[in-house]
Amino acid sequence: MAYALQQLINGITLGMIYGLIAVGYTMVYGIIGMINFAHGDVFMVGSFLSLIAILGLASLGITSVPLALVLTLLFAAAIAALYGWTVERVAYRPLRGSFRLAPLISAIGMSITLQNFVQVSQGARVKPIEAIIPGGIQLMDRGGFAVQLSWMQIAIVVITLTILAVFTWLVTKTPLGRTMRACEQDLKMASLLGIDTDLTISLTFVIGAALAAVAGFMFLLYYGVIDFYIGFIAGIKAFTAAVLGGIGSLPGAVLGGLLIGLIEVFWSAYFSVEYKDVAAFAILIVALIFLPTGILGKAEVEKV
Amino acid sequence: MTALRDAFLSAAVALGLFGPMVGLVTVSSDHGLFLRARPIAVAVIVGLVFFGRLGMLTWRGRNRAEATRANRAFAERITRAGKYVTPVLLLAALALPFSGSRYYVDLGTLVLTYIMLGWGLNIVVGLAGLLDLGYVAFYAVGAYSYALLATTYDLGFWTCLPLAGILAGCAGVTLGFPVLRLRGDYLAIVTLGFGEIIRIVLNNWVSLTNGPNGITGIPRPTLFGLRFSMDGGDGTFAGFFNLEPATIQRVIFLYYVILGLALLTNWVSLRLRRMPLGRAWEALREDEVACRSLGINVRNTKLTAFGIGAMFGGFAGAFFATRQAFISPESFTFIESATVLAIVVLGGLGSQLGVALAAIVMVGGLEALRDFLSFLGDQMGSELFSGIASELPLYRMLIFGLALVVMMVLRPRGLVSGRTPGVSMTAPKEIDAELVAQGRS
Repeated sequence: MAYALQQLINGITLGMIYGLIAVGYTMVYGIIGMINFAHGDVFMVGSFLSLIAILGLASLGITSVPLALVLTLLFAAAIAALYGWTVERVAYRPLRGSFRLAPLISAIGMSITLQNFVQVSQGARVKPIEAIIPGGIQLMDRGGFAVQLSWMQIAIVVITLTILAVFTWLVTKTPLGRTMRACEQDLKMASLLGIDTDLTISLTFVIGAALAAVAGFMFLLYYGVIDFYIGFIAGIKAFTAAVLGGIGSLPGAVLGGLLIGLIEVFWSAYFSVEYKDVAAFAILIVALIFLPTGILGKAEVEKV
Repeated sequence: MTALRDAFLSAAVALGLFGPMVGLVTVSSDHGLFLRARPIAVAVIVGLVFFGRLGMLTWRGRNRAEATRANRAFAERITRAGKYVTPVLLLAALALPFSGSRYYVDLGTLVLTYIMLGWGLNIVVGLAGLLDLGYVAFYAVGAYSYALLATTYDLGFWTCLPLAGILAGCAGVTLGFPVLRLRGDYLAIVTLGFGEIIRIVLNNWVSLTNGPNGITGIPRPTLFGLRFSMDGGDGTFAGFFNLEPATIQRVIFLYYVILGLALLTNWVSLRLRRMPLGRAWEALREDEVACRSLGINVRNTKLTAFGIGAMFGGFAGAFFATRQAFISPESFTFIESATVLAIVVLGGLGSQLGVALAAIVMVGGLEALRDFLSFLGDQMGSELFSGIASELPLYRMLIFGLALVVMMVLRPRGLVSGRTPGVSMTAPKEIDAELVAQGRS
């Protein structure tokens, strides 16, 4: 029981990270109907940017943890947003209206580029970092197994929920959110009605990349070690989360992220750690075959 | 003036992108990580972006239509030249071993392996329009089938080759069956997942595959029972023909084996295209709903495409295993799938010649680039460049990724962008690839 509770806590923390990445996938898919293959790598870049910011702040002598967290978050999100914008501008916009495979191939190319760019510029070795927020609280101690809830996990959940609340407000209450939803419903009609669709798509990528950078920061906080390859697996899992929750649906992405996080953690705890990625991929396949619209998604009507 | 402003903006964006990532390097030390500044590198990159953008805008200042026309003329030239390119390439491929250079024969073998994989994947992606991002899985199934059969049951290469193909084909059908309903991007992601699952299983099923350590001592192929071993004597190639035993004989033999296999793949797919099955594939690629309403069995058509494509992947895998004599899961990562798909797409989906050209450019070009870079690294022995020199080969994949993006932006339809219909009333006429819905869904 205590063991399961611990896994539940870990799973929710991990699920929050996946959910944040999944939002980026689901937004882009909702608007332009393509899988942004490089999104996982933007997450990885965000993670590296956070690492650089933390080290930079430490060398500048800023020791206040809350201030350092906020500054790192802002820095990583801003630069990652620039990466998201550039990826869209360079690799996707010229291909809009091209045949279906072209943007996907271009996205794969962008993903390889980003991975190797980070490998070349920051080195291929793993980057370990000390725990920034050490300690935690002990929830219960039963049968020699202590259930730990670390401050780090609390911070991750709180930051994620705050960011998601802001993001939900952005999408549902602001003019920008309205144009985004309009573009999602019908891109051509939206442009006919005077919406700058190129700008809206760019902003979608910017927001998605910023959220991915926040997720990258959380990943760095949670695991304390990153390398240039984390984006690939995390990206696939987040995409699985987006599909599971119903692609195009924002609450669905977060829900799917939580589910994937929980499944991965419980699978590792009760079955085998080696096959935890197989579990995630198997869920993806099963979800796509038996539940192609996802949990909260809308059924797509095929018109001939 | 707008060009100048635009270039300044680009430089500012580049500063934002590369300032932190390139300018501040995380370096490990005994006391944990610390940052090292590299302002010169950032300045160089930002400068390059500024002048690159300025140059591009000035160059593009001329008429856009002219550029399009030039592009079209280039495509026509390639198509017309195609008639002569095919026999020349074939002759060059046949004659390559006579150069006597081990390096070129090895490189040729590598390129031909990718050409074969490209032609195999072309059946699935180019003809049937099913986007497969996990093609390396079948390559792996073929390689491990041969390796395990040969090392466990002591079977020869030529016995195992069909078995490896059949097993890979079965894997293809097994994967194809559950994903019949999926289309486009979803299909791509599922096949990618399948490829990763195969790799993870190979990595962790230690009792069967020996895990990450891989399988060693995979036997080499024989020529009608003649072995290629160094000791000479009876039953070896050198002994039978009274030659001095040399490694190059085996290398050249392997080269002709893969050349034969690749040509077989090409021949089979060209023949299949003219058969009802091949026509059904192409019809399926163009419009699935129309196919169904015309009574084509969509399920069987898709499964045969998956199965036959996977079979050729399996053949290539068996060849890979016998050439390397050692395989491990590391050889079957996603990057291999991406490379093969990139070859098919860059060549122009559905075009056999295009795939061959793209494989030569991508794999041969990549290898040539690697040699060039390490040569450049050797030359720049100075203190300043010694750090860059050791890193130079790392840039290989970076350039590869950028090349994918640039190719897609400039020529999304690939190198060979004209298509000849498989069937027509009068003499077949070349049509532009823009009119073909390759891989649309």
